[in-house]
Amino acid sequence: MIRFNNVNKWYGDYHALRGVNEEIKRGEVVIVCGPSGSGKSTLIRTINRLEPINDGHIYVDGQDVHGNGVDINRLRSRIGFVFQSFNLFPHMSVERNVMLATMRVLKLSEKAARDSAMALLEKVGLAGKAQSYPGQLSGGQQQRVAIARALAMKPPVMLFDEPTSALDPEMVGEVLQVMKQLAAEGMTMVCVTHEMGFAREVADRLIFMADGQVLERATPQDFFERPQHERARKFVADIRHA
Amino acid sequence: MHTILDILDILHTYGLQLLIGEFPHGPLGGLALTLILAVTGLVCAFPLAVLFGIARTSTVRWVAWPAGAIVHTLRGLPVLMLIFWAYFIVPLLTGKSISGTTTVICALVAYETAFLGEVIKAGIQAIPQGQVEASRSLGMSYFTTLREVVLPQALFNMIPSILNQLISLIKNTSLAYIISVNELTYAAYQVNAQLLTKPFQVYFLLAMTYFVLCYLLSSLVGLAERRIKLKRQFRSL
Repeated sequence: MIRFNNVNKWYGDYHALRGVNEEIKRGEVVIVCGPSGSGKSTLIRTINRLEPINDGHIYVDGQDVHGNGVDINRLRSRIGFVFQSFNLFPHMSVERNVMLATMRVLKLSEKAARDSAMALLEKVGLAGKAQSYPGQLSGGQQQRVAIARALAMKPPVMLFDEPTSALDPEMVGEVLQVMKQLAAEGMTMVCVTHEMGFAREVADRLIFMADGQVLERATPQDFFERPQHERARKFVADIRHA
Repeated sequence: MHTILDILDILHTYGLQLLIGEFPHGPLGGLALTLILAVTGLVCAFPLAVLFGIARTSTVRWVAWPAGAIVHTLRGLPVLMLIFWAYFIVPLLTGKSISGTTTVICALVAYETAFLGEVIKAGIQAIPQGQVEASRSLGMSYFTTLREVVLPQALFNMIPSILNQLISLIKNTSLAYIISVNELTYAAYQVNAQLLTKPFQVYFLLAMTYFVLCYLLSSLVGLAERRIKLKRQFRSL
């Protein structure tokens, strides 16, 4: 589904991604973790070309994301992306946030878009907030709307870039609950997160990154109990104390 | 005391002339023409300014660079010079002579496009990058993102600045006097020429008119700013 082929990225002199080779299969739930500055957010943002790469290839569904002549808008519409800071459109109602791209990109009629948006808001437990504005919602509610907005495009894969890091602790659960449900439905997911419980419960695989390199691949159980690499051991110890 | 009586007397005799010129028996002039020049200038400049604002924030160099060059040129010239240029150049380019009013509007539109374009550019740049990223990652194109996400927020935030531009335009219309367009300043000049002995009273009246008009608009800017702030607070309760 997603394949990294010797991907390198530099920010000036800084080598942000060092020869990443990875494959994510359809239906897999993969967690990416690592200390800050390790390149995990950069990595996930290269999958839908929010970040350019300097070397190598990334394939999504067989399409070279960074290749010439790729229809990037079409490709992006098939890759759901959820941000740490939600990034809902503040000038539109919740319902409108979810409807907009389905009307403009998928060319759904207003009615079809509204029906689809209401079904998704129902799914994330926010049908009652359809007419509210993003600023009137809590962080957890905003992030659930953001997930609904991404799902509205019916993407076969969802990317999550630290979806719970900006939330107050009591709101983390409601967002993870929605993500667990998605995983249970067989969605292909790549998720940058430090939520150990979530990783253990839903992830098939975990990738540990440091200094732009993938240092360890393991099941979440193995990783949190028996980290192999020295950096991984330090990282696991650090997040246990946090 | 004498001065006040003089001013009242001028108002009584020439008030209508200062307000609307010779209208309805002749062309519209005075304060009405001043407002028409300023509002027409702003309304015509607005779509151009949006285009320039977009072009100036473009990452495509051959779009951003020429737009920047035009904006910097226009901003580097006094309005008075633009009026002279429009007065001599527009007839040369179009092959037919144009009225003074049209000349002034052309000059004001050119001037205002540059300034308002910079206001809109700043408004676009103030929208958080995350908004653009969210829109683009849903598969919406650059232009759809501009139309649906960036411009509605940017233009709304810029309403006070746009009103400020109107104030600046109202004051700049007084330069139309130089090519004998019968707006407020020229009308006052003519009244003064008829009276000859009361320049202070006439020009005091002129100054007060501009001041009151611009002061009222400034208050409107303040009101708009408060409303926008309130609306933001309501949306982020």
